[in-house]
Amino acid sequence: MTATTYESGARAFVRLYSALFRLAIIEQFQYRAANYFYMIGMVTEPIIYLVVWSTVAEARGGDVGGLTPGAFAAYYIVWTLVRNMNIVFTPFGWEQRIREGQLSGQLVRPLHPIHYDIGYFAGWKIVVIVLWIPLAIVLSLIFQPELDPTVIQAAAFFVAIWGAYLIRTLLLWMLGMVTFWTTRITAAFEVFFAAELLLSGRLVPMRLMPDWVQTVAGYLPFESTFGFPITALVGPVTNEELIRGLLTQALWIGIGVAGVSIMWRRAVRNYTAVSG
Amino acid sequence: MVITVEQLNKTFEVPERDPGLKAAFSSLFNRKTRSVEAVADVNFSVAKGEIVGFLGPNGAGKTTTLKMLSGLLHPTSGRVEVLGHVPNKREREYLSRMTLVMGNRNQLQWDLPALDSFELTRAIYRLQEGAFLEQRDELIELLDLADLVNKPVRQLSLGERMKAEIANSLLHRPAVLFLDEPTLGLDVTMQRRIRGFLADYNARHGASIMLTSHYMADIEALCHRVIVIHEGQLLFDGALSALSQRFAAQKTIVVTLAEPADLGAYGEVVDESPTTVTLRVSRDDTAAVTGRLLAEQPVSDLTVVDPPIDDVIESVFEAGA
Repeated sequence: MTATTYESGARAFVRLYSALFRLAIIEQFQYRAANYFYMIGMVTEPIIYLVVWSTVAEARGGDVGGLTPGAFAAYYIVWTLVRNMNIVFTPFGWEQRIREGQLSGQLVRPLHPIHYDIGYFAGWKIVVIVLWIPLAIVLSLIFQPELDPTVIQAAAFFVAIWGAYLIRTLLLWMLGMVTFWTTRITAAFEVFFAAELLLSGRLVPMRLMPDWVQTVAGYLPFESTFGFPITALVGPVTNEELIRGLLTQALWIGIGVAGVSIMWRRAVRNYTAVSG
Repeated sequence: MVITVEQLNKTFEVPERDPGLKAAFSSLFNRKTRSVEAVADVNFSVAKGEIVGFLGPNGAGKTTTLKMLSGLLHPTSGRVEVLGHVPNKREREYLSRMTLVMGNRNQLQWDLPALDSFELTRAIYRLQEGAFLEQRDELIELLDLADLVNKPVRQLSLGERMKAEIANSLLHRPAVLFLDEPTLGLDVTMQRRIRGFLADYNARHGASIMLTSHYMADIEALCHRVIVIHEGQLLFDGALSALSQRFAAQKTIVVTLAEPADLGAYGEVVDESPTTVTLRVSRDDTAAVTGRLLAEQPVSDLTVVDPPIDDVIESVFEAGA
C-alpha cells in the first residue's frame, strides 16, 4: 500500500481556494446568460431608488442633503456591484442542505464547510465583476454619475467590497445555523433582512437617515457590508474615515469568525446528536 | 483491530403528537417526545483488510451505526474506535483516512466533468500531485472511467455517476470504507463491475470495508463475514456460510431419478418434473433422508443445497422479530 503524502498548511490553503475559485468560475460562466438576466433584474431596485431620489433632488432645487442627481447616480451604480458582492450562501438554504444530506457529505470530509462557501462564492464574484462592467458602462451613459475617486479611495473600495463579502458570509452563516435547532426560523430571517435594508445604506445613503438611526447603525455590522464600501469609492470621504471604516470591517470579521466558530461547534454537536 | 465497537447505543427523541386541533394546541405547552432506540448494545470489531457485510431490514439501525462509525452521529453511550480515533471528534487525521459512500448522496459537481471535482477533492485532502495522479489514474483504469471523466456529471447515467462518485471518494486512498448501498439502483452489469472493483481495491490496499446492501449478490461476492442487525440489536456476527447453518432450519435436496417416483413421504415437495424432484427437509433430518433416498429409490443423482441466502436472511429477520 503506497503511503499517501499530504501538502503543508499554507500551500494546501492556496490550492484549496484556487480549486474552489476555478470550479465556481467554470460553473458560473456556463450560466452566464442566467447570471446576466439575474443581474439585470437586480438593477431594477437601484434604478427605482435613483429615479425617486433624483426627482426629489431636482424638486428641491438640485440636491437632497448635499447629494445631487449625479451623486445619487454614482451611489446607486456602485450599489449594483456592492449588492452582487453581498450575495452569499443564504440562511434559507441551510434547511435544504441538512435535509438533502449535503451537510453530511461535507462533514465526513476534512474541511470546515465555510471554506467551501467562502471560496466558491468568491469565485462566483469574479464572474459577476466581469459581467458587471458592461452593465455599469450602460448605466453610466444613461445616468451620468459624478464619480472621481482618488487612488486611495479606489484601493480602499477594492478591499472594502471583499471585507463586506466576508462579513455578510459570516453573519448569514450564523443566522442560517439557527436551523440546526429549529426549522421555524424563516420569520426571524425576514426581520434580519428588513433591519439590514434600513440600516445598511441599501435603501437610502446613510447620511440621509436621521441622526439617531445613524447612531444605531454605528453599533451594527450592516453599514460595513453596504454603505461603507459605496461611500469609500463615491465619497465624500476622508482618509481617516476610510481607515476607520476598514478597521470597523476588520472588527466585524473578527466577531464573525468567533461567532461562527462557537456556533458551529455547538451546531455540529447538536446535529450529530439528533440527526437520523 | 481497525474498528472496535463496544456496547454501542443510540437513542433518538422523536416528537409525538395526537391528531386534531386540541392536541395541536396542547402540544404548544406540553411537548411530548418518544424515545426510539435505533441501536442497542451492539458489539463487534473489524480487522485490517476485512470486508464485512452489514445486513438488516430497513430501519434496523445499519445506517445509524455507519454514521456513528464515520463521525456523523454521537453515540448515546458505548465506545467506538476506528483507526485509533474516536469518530465523533471528527479529527482531520481521521477524516483523511476514511470514507463514507452513500448510494443516494452526491459529492460531485453536477455541471462539471468529474475531473474538476477530483481536483477539488485533491485540495480538500491536501494530496501531493504525484500521489494524487497515481491514485486518480489507477481508479480511472479500475473503474473503466476514461471515457466518462471529461463529461459533465449531469450527462452520466446513474451507474456511471456512481462509479465516478466511488472514484472521488477513494482518491485519498482511505484505509477504512463505509459503503451504504453503493450499488443502489444500478443494473446487474454495473453492480458486478463495482463489486469487482471493491474486491480489487481491498486486495491492493488492504483496506477494511463495511458494506450494507439490499442485494445479496453484493454480500455473497464480497463478504466472508456478515453482521446482522435487527431493531437495533445484533442478531448474528460470523461467517456467511455459518449464517445458513444457524438460521436455515431446512435444506433442499434435488433428486434426479432414473424413473418417475412419488417422494412425498421423504419431505415437502417444492418442485417436481417427471424425473427431477426438489424436496425441502428439516436440517436435522437431511442425512437420514438422503440415506433413505439412496437406499430405497432409483436415484441417478442427488444434491443437497442450503436455501438461497435471501431466504436465510428473511428467516433471520423473522426469528428476530
